[in-house]
Amino acid sequence: MTEEAIEPRRIYDDVNDTPTSYRREPAEAHPPLDYPPYKSTAFRHPKQPLIYLPQTATEVTGPRLGEGELGELDNDLTRQHEGEPIGERIVVSGRLFDTEGKPLRGTLVEIWQANAAGRYLHRWDNWPAPLDPNFSGAGRCLTDDEGRYQFTTVKPGPYPWGNHYNAWRPAHIHFSLMGRAFAQRLVTQMYFPGDPFFPYDPIFNSVRDPAAQQRMVANFEIHDTVPNWAAAYRFDIYLRGPGSTPFEEAH
Amino acid sequence: MIFATTPSQTVGPYFAIGLPWPSGPSAVPEGTPGTIWIAGSVYDGQGEVVPDHLLEFWQADPDGRFADLYGYGGSSELEGFRGFARYGVEDGDGSFEILTVKPGPVPGPADSVQAPHVAVSVFARGMLNRCVTRIYFADEGEANAADPVLNSVPEGRRSTLLAQPEDGGYRFDVHLQGPQETVFFTL
Repeated sequence: MTEEAIEPRRIYDDVNDTPTSYRREPAEAHPPLDYPPYKSTAFRHPKQPLIYLPQTATEVTGPRLGEGELGELDNDLTRQHEGEPIGERIVVSGRLFDTEGKPLRGTLVEIWQANAAGRYLHRWDNWPAPLDPNFSGAGRCLTDDEGRYQFTTVKPGPYPWGNHYNAWRPAHIHFSLMGRAFAQRLVTQMYFPGDPFFPYDPIFNSVRDPAAQQRMVANFEIHDTVPNWAAAYRFDIYLRGPGSTPFEEAH
Repeated sequence: MIFATTPSQTVGPYFAIGLPWPSGPSAVPEGTPGTIWIAGSVYDGQGEVVPDHLLEFWQADPDGRFADLYGYGGSSELEGFRGFARYGVEDGDGSFEILTVKPGPVPGPADSVQAPHVAVSVFARGMLNRCVTRIYFADEGEANAADPVLNSVPEGRRSTLLAQPEDGGYRFDVHLQGPQETVFFTL
């Protein structure tokens, strides 16, 4: 036990405003682990019931990552090679909040994506679309004091995959968010508005509430566009916020 | 106003483009006294290895202190201690190995003390959300017996959370499904 024993019952730690517990989310807030239309879930989901974990110091803390380790061009995927990648240049920006609307500052945001032709720079991706020698498809940055992040990239293309006959993934950018606590860790995908592949994609539709689906879709933002340079999309991300639930009193 | 969370989506098969870092599998700097390895494999419900898994580990230092982003609970004094490791590779064979130090006991609910443990997030293609588990250490019998979380797990399943000591480290396998299915938590 450390000298500064942590009181797990209060919602905020008075000293540094750290939540001491996070709101438990309803099951439907995220897609189910067992979702037959996405075939790979079949043997990769637990069948035993999940066990209730009290939120302790382990769950309400989170790592300090990326400080002093990020390169200047890590958030510009169009300037990581000698030439420019082919494709529609875009700026993707937004803010990272908790569900109380509090910005999450200084936390690592990582993205990865296919190139404009829908091909990933990964040895397992071998569908017949061209690789782009000027595009690796990975970026990272830390959120600023207002929780803001920003990337410059090219719009990824849609691509076929083997889930079912004529299956296509809508264009998307993968996002990894560390948040400020193990309890907030989230990996998701950002989609583009009006994608015609939405109705046919089991991964997008694994989120069944249409309003929740829209929370994964970026907005086109004319005000964020860079004239004569780049179109712009805004994608705000919400991680679970502080709170307690009746369940906690049961333990 | 309470906002709704952004939903989770699968990490997919191609995360190795962006998520691995050179120092990712090390929670401590090279040469830290007391360094141990934790290694194992991830298996699916058919007993096949999961070659495209991404694992993340989060833990306290030997004094039970974290290297928290905002210094929560008093920062770790172990030099260079990150407390976080990430293992995921482009061309995996289902195995993983991280370098760390054994964590100390950490406060638990209602004045209890938790046995040394490592929080683990499991991501993979085919997993629409992460699965959360914990690594405990089989050679911490007394502390484990008093651990409030282990005690909340049905006795017959507790062994799935115990890393077994081997020469200089510990072995811990993850079974996503099947007769040896690992205990996963909701938090």
